[in-house]
Amino acid sequence: MITLNNITKTYGKEKTMAVDDISFSVNKGEIFGLIGPDGAGKSSIFRMLTTLLVPDSGTAVVNGFDVVKDYKQIRNSIGYMPGRFSLYQDLTIEENLNFFATVFNTTVEENYHLIKDIYIQIEPFKNRRAGKLSGGMKQKLALCCALIHKPEVLFLDEPTTGVDVVSRKEFWDMLKNLKKMGLTIMVSTPYMDEAALCDRIALIQLGKILSINTPEKLVAGYGETLYTVTGGNMYQLLNLLRSYAPTESCFAFGDSLHLTLKKGTSKQIATAFLEQQGFNKVIIQETTPGIEDCFIKLLKSN
Amino acid sequence: MNQLFSFIKKEFKHVFRDKKTLLMLFGLPTVQILLFGFALTNEIKNTRVTVLNYAQDNTSSELISKIDNSKYFDVVSYVRSESELEAEFRKGNAKIAVVFPKGLDSDLKHAKNAQIQLIADASDPNSATTITYYLSNIINEYNGLKLMKTPAPMQISAETKMLYNPELKGAPNFVPGVIALVLMLVCTMMSSVSIVKEKELGTMEILLVSPFKPIFIIIAKLMPYLIISIFNLIIILVLSVTLLDLEIKGSIILLMLASTLFIITSLAIGLLISTTAKTQQSAMMISLTGMLLPTLLLTGFMFPIENMPIPLKLLSNIVPSRWFFIIIKNVMLKGLGIGSIWKQLLILFGMCIFLLRLSIKKFKIRLQ
Amino acid sequence: METVISTDKLTKRFGDFIAAHELSFEVGKGEIFGFLGANGAGKTTAMRMLCGLLMPSSGKASVAGFDVYTETEKIKRNIGYMSQKFSLYEDLTVAENIRFYAGIYGLSFSDIKRKTDELLSKLGMQGEAKKLVSALPLGWKQKLAFSVSLVHEPRIVFLDEPTGGVDPVTRRQFWDLIYYAANSGVTVFVTTHYMDEAEYCDRVSIMVDGVIAALDSPGNLKKQMNAPDMEDVFYQLARKAKRSE
Repeated sequence: MITLNNITKTYGKEKTMAVDDISFSVNKGEIFGLIGPDGAGKSSIFRMLTTLLVPDSGTAVVNGFDVVKDYKQIRNSIGYMPGRFSLYQDLTIEENLNFFATVFNTTVEENYHLIKDIYIQIEPFKNRRAGKLSGGMKQKLALCCALIHKPEVLFLDEPTTGVDVVSRKEFWDMLKNLKKMGLTIMVSTPYMDEAALCDRIALIQLGKILSINTPEKLVAGYGETLYTVTGGNMYQLLNLLRSYAPTESCFAFGDSLHLTLKKGTSKQIATAFLEQQGFNKVIIQETTPGIEDCFIKLLKSN
Repeated sequence: MNQLFSFIKKEFKHVFRDKKTLLMLFGLPTVQILLFGFALTNEIKNTRVTVLNYAQDNTSSELISKIDNSKYFDVVSYVRSESELEAEFRKGNAKIAVVFPKGLDSDLKHAKNAQIQLIADASDPNSATTITYYLSNIINEYNGLKLMKTPAPMQISAETKMLYNPELKGAPNFVPGVIALVLMLVCTMMSSVSIVKEKELGTMEILLVSPFKPIFIIIAKLMPYLIISIFNLIIILVLSVTLLDLEIKGSIILLMLASTLFIITSLAIGLLISTTAKTQQSAMMISLTGMLLPTLLLTGFMFPIENMPIPLKLLSNIVPSRWFFIIIKNVMLKGLGIGSIWKQLLILFGMCIFLLRLSIKKFKIRLQ
Repeated sequence: METVISTDKLTKRFGDFIAAHELSFEVGKGEIFGFLGANGAGKTTAMRMLCGLLMPSSGKASVAGFDVYTETEKIKRNIGYMSQKFSLYEDLTVAENIRFYAGIYGLSFSDIKRKTDELLSKLGMQGEAKKLVSALPLGWKQKLAFSVSLVHEPRIVFLDEPTGGVDPVTRRQFWDLIYYAANSGVTVFVTTHYMDEAEYCDRVSIMVDGVIAALDSPGNLKKQMNAPDMEDVFYQLARKAKRSE
C-alpha cells in the first residue's frame, strides 16, 4: 500500500538531515507505527507521503501512485491528521465536520457509517466551538474530519500527544475498529507503550530507522537477559548499580530498575553484591523486555 | 461549486466571529472618514480675524469683505496699532491678523507690487499653517481677478494646486486617499493574515492534501475580502456624501469598476505576502511597512509627488495606489470620464495581472 | 519532614465553573510529588494558584512558608518553574540564557559567573556555552531549562510536563536530574502524561473533575486499586470523569 525507497530529506541551506535514506513498506490493512522521539523525522516522512513535501532523493508510492508525479490522485485517496489537531477553533464541531466534508466533495451523511462510533461521543457538544474542546474531544473531531471522505489510507501524525491516558486508550480502540473496516493506517507516536498496539513498527531516531518488525519479534530479538530490580531506595540503587562494573545497563522503569549484566555475571552474584552494600531486601528477577527496552538498547548500540 | 460556496461561507464565519477583526473591518473606514473629515474641516470654519488697516483704500476694503464673506473667516475686530493687535491676540480674540500697508492702491498701480502682512497665532502651528494658507489663497484669488481686468501683470500667484477644490474644502483631498488606504489595509493585510493563519493552525496542510484545487483555496480565501471591500467603499462614499457634503461628480459605475480593479490588485499583493510570511505577525508587519507606508507617502495623498526627489518620484510609479488615487480624483472630484483615466487604468490593470500571476505561481501547493 | 507546600480546601471558581474544588494536601521538603490528572481536570489551575499566578477563590495555601493570597512576590523568589513549552530563549546562547535568568532573580555578578560555570560543567555543556539554544537537541534544551529553573536555588521547583516528546534515554537522564535535585533538598512538583514516570514519584495525586481523587505513594495506590501499574490506577480513576475543559 505504501512503499518508500531510499527516501532522503534535508532542510535549509545547511542541509540539516531530517530523513536519511529510509526504505520500508506498509501492507494493505495493517496498522503501521512510526515510533520515535521529537525530531526523529516522523513528521517529515508523513508530509512526504501526503505529498506536502518533495523528497530530495528516493521514490515513494502510496496506493499505487508516485508521491511527486501523481500527487493529485494521492490527495484524493488519503486521510491526513497533522501533528497538531488542525481544526478551525472558531467553528463548531458540526461546522468543522461539514466543512471538511464539502472540501473533500462529499457529505457527512454519505460516509456517516465510518465515523458514527466516534462521532456519537462528541455529538452532544456539536454546537460547541472547537477552541473550547478538551484535548481528547479535539482528537476525536480531528479523526472524524480525516475520515469523512472515506480514505483508503489514513496518516495520523502523533494523534495521541498531549492527550491523557483515558483518551489515548479510547483512541487506539477506534483505530482497531477502523482497521477492521479495511483501512490502512500509518500512525506515529512518541509513546513506546503504544507501539505494542501496532501490527508492525519502525523505530526511528535522527532520521534513521533503527529497526522494523512486529512488536513481538522485536521483543523476541532483544537477545539479552533482562532483570528487574526492586526493594530499596531506587535512586541509591540506580547509582550503585551504574557504578557496579559488571552492569551492562541500568535504567529506571516505573517502580523498578531494568538491569542487564555483562556476560559471566549472574543475578545471584549481583544480588550478593547489593546485599553486601547494605540492600538486604533487594529482589532481582528475570523479565520480558518491552518496546522501550528495545529502543534504549538500539539507541545505545547506534 | 458547492465546495467553493461552503468554503466562502466558512471564511465569513471566521470574519464575523472575530469581534476585533470585525470592528477593524467596518469601524476603520468610518473612523477614518470622521477623523479626517471633521478634524480637518471644522477647525478652519469661522476663524476669527482681526484687521489692522493702514491703507483705508479700495483694495483693502474689497479684500476685507472678501475675507469676511468666506465661510472660513469672520472679521471680528479692527485695530489701530500694532500694540492693539498684540492685545487682541493675547486675549485670544483673533487667530490671525491681516495688516494692510499704507498706500496699497498706489503701490499696486505704480510699483506693480504690494505686500500684505498676515500674522497668525502659531501656538497651534498646524492650524496656523492651514489658516494662513487658506487666507493667502483668498488673497491670491483676488489677485487673479484683478489680473484679468488690468492690462499689465501685477502680481503672480504660484498657487495652482487648488484648481479643483476652489472652496478649499479639506474633504475632497483626503477622501480618495482614505479609500485607497482602507482598501489596501483590508485587502492586503487582512487577506494575508487570514491565509497565514491557516498555515499556523495546520489546517492548510489538510486543505492542500484534499482534492480541493489550490486555485479555489485562493479564490475562497480572497472572496470575503473582495466583498467586504466593496461594502467598505460604499460606506465611505455614503459617509462622504452625507456627512461631508461631498459631491460625486463622475460616474459611480466607473468608480466602482476602477475600485474593484484596485481591490483585486491589493488582494494579489496580500496573497503574495502570505506566500512568504510564516506567522500572522510577520504578515501584518510586511503589510504595514511594505504596503501602508508607501500608500501613505507615495500616492500624493499626503505629500505632492511633484515636489519629491527623482528617486522617490520613480519609486512612486510602482505603487498601485498612486494610479488609483489619480483615477478616483479624476472621476469623483473632477467628474471626468474614462478618456482621462484610461492610461492609469491600463497601468493598474497591468499591475493587477502581473501580481495575480506572480502570487498564484508562488502559492505553494506543498509545504516549504 | 518539613512541610513546604500545604493547602487547605483550596478552591478556584471561574463564574459558575469550579475549576479546582477544596484541594487539601501537603508536600514535604525534598519530596518528588507527582501531580496527575485527565485533560481539563484542573491541574493547571491548581499549579497556577500555587505559583502565585492566580488568586484562589477560597481556602488556604502556603508555599515555602508564604501565603498565596498576600505573599506572592515572596513565593516567586522561592520557586522555580519549567514548562514543556520552553522557558529558554532560542535566539540567545546557552550561557546568555543562564546569565539572563540568574540576573532576573537578582544574583550578584560574581554569583552569576560562578553559577553559570557550575551549571555548564554539571551538564557537561562547556563546549556548547556559546551555541544558540535553537541549535541544541530537544533533550539538551530540556535539561538546560530544568537547570536554569534551579539557578536561584529555589526551595520548590514546578515542572509542567517536562519530558514531552523526548526519547526514552534522554527522559531517564532527565529524571536523574530530578532525583539529584530532590536529594539535595529541593521539592519537585511535577506533572506528566507518562505513567511510568508517575512511578518515580514519592507520592502522586490524581485530579479528576476538579477534586483530588487519590493521593498516596504509587505502591499504595496500586495496592488499593488492585492495579498492576500506575497507568491502570489512572485509567480507573479518570474514566469516571464527566467533564472536559
